[in-house]
Amino acid sequence: MSDIVEKTLTALPGLFLQNQPGGGPAAAKASFSSRLGSLVRGITALTSKHEEEKLIQQELSSLKATVSAPTTTLKMMKECMVRLIYCEMLGYDASFGYIHAIKLAQQGNLLEKRVGYLAVSLFLHESHELLLLLVNTVVKDLQSTNLVEVCMALTVVSQIFPREMIPAVLPLIEDKLQHSKEIIRRKAVLALYKFHLIAPNQVQHIHIKFRKALCDRDVGVMAASLHIYLRMIKENSSGYKDLTGSFVTILKQVVGGKLPVDFNYHSVPAPWLQIQLLRILGLLGKDDQRTSELMYDVLDESLRRAELNHNVTYAILFECVHTVYSIYPKSELLEKAAKCIGKFVLSPKINLKYLGLKALTYVIQQDPTLALQHQMTIIECLDHPDPIIKRETLELLYRITNAQNVTVIVQKMLEYLHQSKEEYVIVNLVGKIAELAEKYAPDNAWFIQTMNAVFSVGGDVMHPDIPNNFLRLLAEGFDDETEDQQLRLYAVQSYLTLLDMENVFYPQRFLQVMSWVLGEYSYLLDKETPAEVIAKLYKLLMNDSVSSETKTWLIAAVTKLTPQAHSSDTVERLIHEFTISLDTCMRQHAFELKHLHENVELMTSLLPVDRSCEDLAVDASLSFLDGFVAEGLSQGAAPYKPHHQRQEEKLSQEKVLNFEPYGLSFSSSGFTGRQSPAGISLGSDISGNSAETGLKETNSLKLEGIKKLWGKEGYLPKKESKTGDESGALPIPQESIMENVDQTITKKDQSQVLTQSKEEKEKQLLASSLFVGLGSESTVNLLGKADTVSHKFRRKSKIKEAKSGEASSTHNMTCSSFSSLSNVAYEDDYYLNTLHDRGDKELKTFSLNSELLDSESLTELPLVEKFSNCSLSTPSLFADNSMEIFHPPQSIAASVAKESSLASSFLEETTEYIHSNAMEVCNNETISVSSYKIWKDDCLLMVWSVTNKSGLELKSANLEIFPAENFKVTEQPGCCLPIMEAESTKSFQYSVQIEKPFTEGILSGFIRPLKISSEDFGKLWLSFANDVKQNVKMSESQAALPSALKTLQQKLRLHIIEIIGNEGLLACQLLPSIPCLLHCRVYADVLALWFRSSCSTLPDYLLYQCQKVIEGS
Amino acid sequence: MIKYFLIVNKQGQTRLSKYYEHVDINKHTLLETEVVKRCLSRSNEQCSFIEYKDFKLIHRQYAALFIVVGVDDTETEMAIYEFIHNSVEVLDEYFSRVSELDKMFNLDKVHIILDEMVCRIVETNRERILAPLLILYVRNQAW
Repeated sequence: MSDIVEKTLTALPGLFLQNQPGGGPAAAKASFSSRLGSLVRGITALTSKHEEEKLIQQELSSLKATVSAPTTTLKMMKECMVRLIYCEMLGYDASFGYIHAIKLAQQGNLLEKRVGYLAVSLFLHESHELLLLLVNTVVKDLQSTNLVEVCMALTVVSQIFPREMIPAVLPLIEDKLQHSKEIIRRKAVLALYKFHLIAPNQVQHIHIKFRKALCDRDVGVMAASLHIYLRMIKENSSGYKDLTGSFVTILKQVVGGKLPVDFNYHSVPAPWLQIQLLRILGLLGKDDQRTSELMYDVLDESLRRAELNHNVTYAILFECVHTVYSIYPKSELLEKAAKCIGKFVLSPKINLKYLGLKALTYVIQQDPTLALQHQMTIIECLDHPDPIIKRETLELLYRITNAQNVTVIVQKMLEYLHQSKEEYVIVNLVGKIAELAEKYAPDNAWFIQTMNAVFSVGGDVMHPDIPNNFLRLLAEGFDDETEDQQLRLYAVQSYLTLLDMENVFYPQRFLQVMSWVLGEYSYLLDKETPAEVIAKLYKLLMNDSVSSETKTWLIAAVTKLTPQAHSSDTVERLIHEFTISLDTCMRQHAFELKHLHENVELMTSLLPVDRSCEDLAVDASLSFLDGFVAEGLSQGAAPYKPHHQRQEEKLSQEKVLNFEPYGLSFSSSGFTGRQSPAGISLGSDISGNSAETGLKETNSLKLEGIKKLWGKEGYLPKKESKTGDESGALPIPQESIMENVDQTITKKDQSQVLTQSKEEKEKQLLASSLFVGLGSESTVNLLGKADTVSHKFRRKSKIKEAKSGEASSTHNMTCSSFSSLSNVAYEDDYYLNTLHDRGDKELKTFSLNSELLDSESLTELPLVEKFSNCSLSTPSLFADNSMEIFHPPQSIAASVAKESSLASSFLEETTEYIHSNAMEVCNNETISVSSYKIWKDDCLLMVWSVTNKSGLELKSANLEIFPAENFKVTEQPGCCLPIMEAESTKSFQYSVQIEKPFTEGILSGFIRPLKISSEDFGKLWLSFANDVKQNVKMSESQAALPSALKTLQQKLRLHIIEIIGNEGLLACQLLPSIPCLLHCRVYADVLALWFRSSCSTLPDYLLYQCQKVIEGS
Repeated sequence: MIKYFLIVNKQGQTRLSKYYEHVDINKHTLLETEVVKRCLSRSNEQCSFIEYKDFKLIHRQYAALFIVVGVDDTETEMAIYEFIHNSVEVLDEYFSRVSELDKMFNLDKVHIILDEMVCRIVETNRERILAPLLILYVRNQAW
């Protein structure tokens, strides 16, 4: 290939003399811009980085002179911009030209303007300060009568626009939605899409116009609107179910070739549009049978039509398969989709193979049979020369791991890890191995060895949760105490062996893990004495390759072991060595050790054996120092100011540009010269008079300069200041696949193995070890003991957390206004609505396998009813289904019994938490199901009460709850009740948790009050960079601040920290632990809300909710 | 989401780069060198999709030029792969058989064309992509 380049290079001079190659409509133009020409020529001729630097620096200095010279014409400026773009593209800073790019966009004629806009979009980023200067130009161009100018302005808006200036252009852009030209309408939609991305709450009111765009007569406009819909549906699919029909119709038309021919790509009609629509349908049909039914036909047609042998049809097919497996299943379609996957996987084309593996990975959880069908291909891919294919295969295997094949799969993963050098891959895989090991470890030895491999390979790049979790697992243990001890002992032994090896270097994290374990659990050893362990640790301490952080771990371990070792020379040597260390931290530890060593009694009481899990009471306010502080103050010492206060003072003295647009948001008018929320917060300090003095000072200081402080985010280092010992950050174990395994699998016929070559046999062997547990036989055995096997290392629930939970929930309960089920159901209650939302999101399948045992007419009558998608608004769903088979004798007394028992269970469970009223989900003459929600401190607890109204015993009642994406549902213990006695009520509790932090969709169930002091509020406030402000008009009924805040507290579960005059501080957190702070200020009937959070989207969400609550009430 | 669109040659020199999410300019060169290194190390028998950090890189080679698109995991690789080809076809149509030098001398035009096509995949219809650019230049010549 390089000879082509050479040819090009040799041909260059000639080319420049004549004309440009190609010579399209504009190519001829290039030669006249000679400077650009020479730059390009220079760049092409470059041979080294050094030359490039010289050339570009020269170019930049000449450009610098040209752009600022007053004689430079706009035409020349345009050429300069292109040259600047070149320089930036090669990585050289050309920031001096940014302002000229903006000027060019403002002043130039059409072409120059376009290049100016182009340069701006390439040079600047969303939050660049110069971007504000562009707003005026954009506004002017949007109003221009020249369509080309409008087009350009819209293009640049859809690429880059400052969030806070959206209100300035929004009405103009909305107008453009009605423009007669398709291109303008299309670009307007894209601009709104951009706004929706960066500030969704600002475009909330134009949703109706989006619908118009969707129905636009022009394909381009409609296609553009799909981007917005895809996003909105991703956030909240239930709100757009009514559009399913439209999307299906559009897809039908596209697939049927009804679009203009110029949308075809290689005679496939608008492939990317099809893909987009398929994605939307997949989201809409997810867990929703009725919606899914609407799309079966068109999906079938798409699968059928996309048979052309072209890459782009494969892309469509892939998307189609994805959709078919996302929506409510239909066996016919699944079959076709599976066939498609087969075609992909078996294809000799490597790209298709990759797609096939990816599709398999996606569908494997629903349909493990496919893995069995393709097991040989998967095995081949595992040894594929292309590492990407290998990697994808491992991903696939990860999904089908169970207790039986875990050793083989983890081994394969480790093999891959040893070859890979890429950090991202290592971090990712190491996390997966650790997760699998924890979940499915067959025995202690394997577990410890695997974790050793994880620590040595993952080293210092892996996620810090992995060693933390591992140590926690060791420390907290699981249910069996002897088993725990064995695991610990094994760990200690294996680490000692590892440390004995010479010339091996372990990552620091691994050494830290080792030192902790050795420090805690060496007492379990019977052969080695603590002194010997100390000697080994000492050897490590003297090693230069060990970091000082690890050394502190090591010395802590030594400290723990010292009381057990009685007298040890090594300890004394160590003390001697480190009390003169240059590292202050080490010296501190050494001195501590020294003093403890002198007082053995204190030492043993301070460092008891195996007590790492017990709680310590800590006086966080350091109140025992109050006397000392008072004495210091009386002697004239300066009062202590917390860090953030000092920083504030320092900042208030600096001059900072004001970036807030005047008159647009309340901040400029409302907050000018006012105190910051942080300033207020200092009023309520916990200890000492020092802070009180500090308060007065800051207040007087702040009155001058405070506005600057609130000017712009980002000048403070953004800290993740989430406290706590990351109790919520554990990787969440995935549900074992076996639980979903379909029982209709026929296991691979073993007889055909006989006549195969040795290599084949090996592969078969590997296959059988990999795919074990996916077949039907093993599933049956496993289902019984799945729980004990698959969760070998399931953690004990932490008592500590529970305690703190109780302590903090001091809500006043207005418990149980529980008159009868029927009239509580649909009151206009916000909570109920949110419950309703959640209910919609989660597909609830009540499959009741009821066997009527004592029914005299029938011997055994197994009935399976499936009530899928029990929408709460249709409690009569039972009637839709095949209920006529099921006629048990009706008992009237049952309902009374049910009510009372339900109410009582309600009470005992939930007195300490806020909960919603119960409402009936569905009901018939035999069974009624109702549910209510409890907002627990760490999760949302859904309680489903199933009442057997009939006089007969129900067997194998089975309540299945499937979580929506991003949520995790765990069944509370003691919920499995195979038999339901007659006329009784059983409650099933499921706790719903957010699986990974996200802030789209329905979160209201996961907002919890965040109880912090005003001072902490101040600190947090400063550390958060994402803020959102808005004024909300209050209704008359709650014009006073306290009542408004009370509404927020009740409806959104925000915590009111303090109300000072007409300002209020509130805080909440999104489970597991994303805090959000709210500062409110009232003037006249307007409530100014100001949110800050560490998460960028949470404020937007909360603002929207608050707005709804305040304006709605 | 498309994160960036790069055109680089076999020597690893960037011929066009467009970032759809802000990346600090100092990191551009590093990222581009890394990306090119990865693409060059792939043979034709290996697949055109590469994992790089938390991105997927989709690359396609045209003579001495590589076009590389970085996407996150919400995109289908094959769709992007064909989208690359679509963009090349559009450039071909405009420049009538596009070459590396065309792109270099007309960097601004290539960018304008791309602006019409990407910010997600927003337009794939050739005539519509080229219309604004043609108008600009026709008008400009009449000036």
